[in-house]
Amino acid sequence: MQSNVQQFPPFREVPPTHAHHDHGHGEHHEPGFWQKYIFSTDHKVIGIQYGFMALCFMLFGFFLMLLMRWQIAHPGVPVPVFGPLLEKILGQPAAHGAISPDLYNSFGAMHGTIMVFLGVVPLAFAAFGNYVVPLMIGAPDMTFPRINMASFHAFFLGGVVMLVSFFIPGGAAQAGWTSYSPLATTIPTHGQAFWLVGMVLLITSSLLGAVNFIATIVQLRAPGMTWMRLPWFVWAQFVTAFILLLAFPPLEAAGVLQLMDNVVGTSFFLPTGLAVGGAVGQASGGGSPLLWQHLFWFLGHPEVYVLILPAMGIVAEVIANNTRKPLWGYKSLVYSALFVGFLSFIVWAHHMYMTGMGQKIATFFQATTMIISIPSVIILTCMFLSLWGGSIRINTPMLFALGFLPMFGIGGLTGLPLGLAAADLYLHDTYYVIAHFHYVVAPGTIFALFAGVYFWFPKMTGRKMNEFWGRVHFWCSFTFMNIVFMPMFAQGIKGMLRRMSDGAVNYSATRVPNAIDALPGTVMQLNGFILWAAIGLGIAQIPFIINLFWSISHGEKVNSDNPWRATTLDWQTPTPPPHGNFSHTPVVVRGPYEYSAPGHAEDFTPQDEPVDGAAPATTAHH
Amino acid sequence: MEIPYTTEHRPDTGLYNAKLGVWLFLASEVMLFGGLFSAYVLLRVGAEPGMWPHGWLNVTLGSINTLLLALSAITTLLAWAACKVRDFGKFKIFHACTMILAIAFLGIKSYEYRDKFLHYEIALNNGTFADGHLVEKSADFDLANKTGAVTLHGHIVEDRKELMDLRSPEAQKAEHKELVIPAADIKKMQNYGPWHNTFTAIYFTMSGLHALHILGGTLVIFYLWGPGSRMYKTDPERFTNRIEVSGLFWHFVDLVWIFLFPVMYLT
Repeated sequence: MQSNVQQFPPFREVPPTHAHHDHGHGEHHEPGFWQKYIFSTDHKVIGIQYGFMALCFMLFGFFLMLLMRWQIAHPGVPVPVFGPLLEKILGQPAAHGAISPDLYNSFGAMHGTIMVFLGVVPLAFAAFGNYVVPLMIGAPDMTFPRINMASFHAFFLGGVVMLVSFFIPGGAAQAGWTSYSPLATTIPTHGQAFWLVGMVLLITSSLLGAVNFIATIVQLRAPGMTWMRLPWFVWAQFVTAFILLLAFPPLEAAGVLQLMDNVVGTSFFLPTGLAVGGAVGQASGGGSPLLWQHLFWFLGHPEVYVLILPAMGIVAEVIANNTRKPLWGYKSLVYSALFVGFLSFIVWAHHMYMTGMGQKIATFFQATTMIISIPSVIILTCMFLSLWGGSIRINTPMLFALGFLPMFGIGGLTGLPLGLAAADLYLHDTYYVIAHFHYVVAPGTIFALFAGVYFWFPKMTGRKMNEFWGRVHFWCSFTFMNIVFMPMFAQGIKGMLRRMSDGAVNYSATRVPNAIDALPGTVMQLNGFILWAAIGLGIAQIPFIINLFWSISHGEKVNSDNPWRATTLDWQTPTPPPHGNFSHTPVVVRGPYEYSAPGHAEDFTPQDEPVDGAAPATTAHH
Repeated sequence: MEIPYTTEHRPDTGLYNAKLGVWLFLASEVMLFGGLFSAYVLLRVGAEPGMWPHGWLNVTLGSINTLLLALSAITTLLAWAACKVRDFGKFKIFHACTMILAIAFLGIKSYEYRDKFLHYEIALNNGTFADGHLVEKSADFDLANKTGAVTLHGHIVEDRKELMDLRSPEAQKAEHKELVIPAADIKKMQNYGPWHNTFTAIYFTMSGLHALHILGGTLVIFYLWGPGSRMYKTDPERFTNRIEVSGLFWHFVDLVWIFLFPVMYLT
């Protein structure tokens, strides 16, 4: 045991060991391009594959949103610059370069689907989880590397099916990302069937991923890595994996049923006597539209925590690292994450107050919804308190992590009125809801994801991303995000509904001057204002994109395997980590956040630094 | 690079990786079928009074199928036990039995499906309903042009509700005979496919999904029985684990049937 421990290489200020120099064991030869990048079973490559695809999808989803914002601000006016291109690609629905209402609906449905299922979940869970979790727990790889690869391929196929649906006659799904029946069955396009097949593939992908993550965390923790020594990021991913494992299958069931409705002609979600276009349909009837909503939101609400928990995990790591002190309330954080995960399964019907559910049921879900805010507030409070008294290092990842805290706070607190049935009846389906959940996921989760990209980039490439452009990226994104979403609260409170392809112009005071609840001109003007802020937000991402690619080959080289001077095991590996990750099996002897421990020369003590080896290691350095 | 605990147990969890993996997978399967069963409950309690079918499925065939799957669960267990005591010959025999039982199950299931697709309910222009199995369609039978006739073996009822409970004394007494129905008399003709009503819809969906699981399980067992059994010679312990893990899946699929059978056939 003792000799084993002493084999650890000193970790400080050692020039980064590059993986491809380390292949001296002769056990495997350099794999070819296909095996290395497409059919790789290495969790790090799969993580990067996921991350790259997810970032591409997020950019695509963002462009859909820009087109929609143009349509909202200038209904029926041809889209400048991209209009002719749209008409060329999509034909009739984009006639004269303008966005038809049907196309707007497609874009709306696909923006939501792409951002949630092809953007944020793959990036937050699959990409960061795949890359970082095995490193953090000291594992050589995931437990099931080939299933991991299959998971990525299922995700990729799902993405392809979703994208292909734009080009079929009738276009992509138009019933919103929630795909409520009977709308989703009666719209005359096969886009919905594509959507469902795509979703089944994506659900398969996250199922395989979730099984892999849980098995990895349970089975492959390094010696000494007890549950309460896991970095909180790992806990967050662990709970997320359980949510994905158990909440997604009911949506898969719902997807199968809706696919039967759309393709085979069953009536699971079609009520008796449903009339479409003035004529009673051929369906047998007897189905229940509410059944879809229940099954959908049984996934839909836990999904919110799939989006937010990994993001919180990233923020926790970045904050602990940059405040140079232990995370405040580690145990509360762990139990809060578990509690959130459990409770997220019994709040779903707060999305359905408008369906005429009984007051008793509404009261139950109202109560659980209020209760679930408690652990979320605990988590956020722990992170705020972690800042107290720290000697904070401000760098790009830290800026994004700090930006996350108030943004997620706004998103969370504005959710409370929506959780109360009485207030929700008024605010339901307005822009207030849009603003609320975008604050949670856009300046919230996505900021945390940016923090993660900037934070782990040096581990992935051996180079840092440019700090100056990182800060430009942060401040511009921060400003424009708020200008985009803050006005939507006001619009929503004034009664502007979501999902209207004309930007609510038909309900404005200029069109219906005598209606007492017509939308005033100021609300309508905000549409134009938001459009320009959204364009600004798009421009603000250019420094990030260039920085990301430029830094792979030109960024400042890191002078150590542990450039952020972090305690967790992911930084105690060669840079980038080779296949198999660790040069020796790490033996963990302490908790994850031993920063500024008294009696140590350095202000951080890695989890695997031998207890009695600490003193010689520091003197060796000086 | 080698992943730890692919074969041996991790001391503190007492599990090898694949065993934990398959239990997690089964947990998600429980949620999948759980979602479908709750759909069944909601559709059934939401059905119009008297419009939820009873006795539409053949209890004898269902019972035989239940027995087949129960037997296959036993042979699966014995196949694993044979691997445990390193008796490869017995393993081969037992899992061959499992596959034969599975194929017999699927055969009976297909027969039941075929029966439903040949079973027609015809709404007649005079307001009554003809119901029965298709005997033949005349060569010139065409609903749109109202030519030809269709022959059913069945009976005619005044009200659709009479077709709902086939366990009722009235339904038992009904006299079935050959009916020749001209196309001109037909308002709507539909077989008992998934589109017939919400019962057939959920029946076909759930039993179909279950049959797909049977098929998938059979393919896995076939692989482990045939080409995959080479591992027995090189790494018998790991091979035995594979048999155990696939067996766990198989038992789960059996268990789903144990719920499906009473819910669909007996109530």
